[in-house]
Amino acid sequence: MEPALSEGWVEPELAEELPGIGLVLAPVEVRPGPSPKEVRRRLRALADRYTGGKVIHMRQDPVPWAYRVFARQVGVDPDTDRTPVERIALDRLKQGGLPSENLLDDALTIAIAETGVPVIALDPDRLEGEPGLRLCRAGETLGPGRPLSARQIVVADSSRPVAIVLGEVSPEAGVTPKAERVLLCALSVAGVPRIAVEEALWTAAETLMYS
Amino acid sequence: MDRRRDPHVQLTDSTAGRLLPDVLQRNPVSLGPATLPDERAARRTLLGQVERLEAELASLFCSTWPRKGFDWNVRGRAGPRLLSLGELEELRDELAERVATGRRALSDRTYVEEQNRVRIEEMLLDPAAHKWERVSHEDIGEPGCRHWHVRPRMGLLGMLAGWWRVVISSGCPLST
Repeated sequence: MEPALSEGWVEPELAEELPGIGLVLAPVEVRPGPSPKEVRRRLRALADRYTGGKVIHMRQDPVPWAYRVFARQVGVDPDTDRTPVERIALDRLKQGGLPSENLLDDALTIAIAETGVPVIALDPDRLEGEPGLRLCRAGETLGPGRPLSARQIVVADSSRPVAIVLGEVSPEAGVTPKAERVLLCALSVAGVPRIAVEEALWTAAETLMYS
Repeated sequence: MDRRRDPHVQLTDSTAGRLLPDVLQRNPVSLGPATLPDERAARRTLLGQVERLEAELASLFCSTWPRKGFDWNVRGRAGPRLLSLGELEELRDELAERVATGRRALSDRTYVEEQNRVRIEEMLLDPAAHKWERVSHEDIGEPGCRHWHVRPRMGLLGMLAGWWRVVISSGCPLST
């Protein structure tokens, strides 16, 4: 069954500065757990498709390239702090495979590697309201102790930042083994077709349904 | 207008005892704009330039593969965050510099590689004129470990007799 997709809100200043930026949400009723055999097999098949040449030329493919440009425009060096799809590709080359972790992480890995679109997972029961994109305010932190600089771009609910864009997720909003629902969030930027973002969410949701 | 009553004009005593306006001591009047300039157009242009330069850098990176020794890093700016106009200009300049340096380095490297290709041809045509010379795949910008080596046929005997030939290695040694 396909999840019902919805658009997260975007702060007007951010939308004006970076046209095309958005957050697409997909709620999935699933409990995290270990990956079944089918998912581990799919992960192995995905790892087999990577070659050195493919990884080298990945930065010229339209979707990974769009996220590189976005990273550059917001002050991230994508050769140091890799975009999620490049991080997976590089890990695959270093480790010689994509080791299975758990169903949720594997689903995100598969979705990101297949489409190039960064997807994170949040626990909707630990959020206050619907998440969206905004600039960080002075003095805000991610979770209990991670300070954020003013005007940093974050995924936030109505009260606090819950994740850094292209970065980490707050431990206060991330999915734990006790979660009963998962909210998948895909970041869209200029140059990425809507269908690629939707495909990323469908792929992650479909993989989670194996549980 | 009575200059004595103008608050912006300070009058000083002249030597003749008459009051003259001293324009050099006029109180400054602010002439700056009352509103802040709109940076949006400039920012959009800079973001577009960053996009184009990133495309050039990516294409250059792919062109240089499998060559090593190029520096592609353009430092980050504690992102992801909205950069100021000055930071965007700095980023654009650094990217442009990196692209220009990369292009120059690649151009120099390909020139040397072309010379090495010519050397391989000369070695094959006249091995005796290139005794013990060796050119590897890396020297011509190709992946792999193959190399061309001018060596004597039948060891010492060939060396004394002048029987030189080019030996082409079969590739990378197997990992142990």
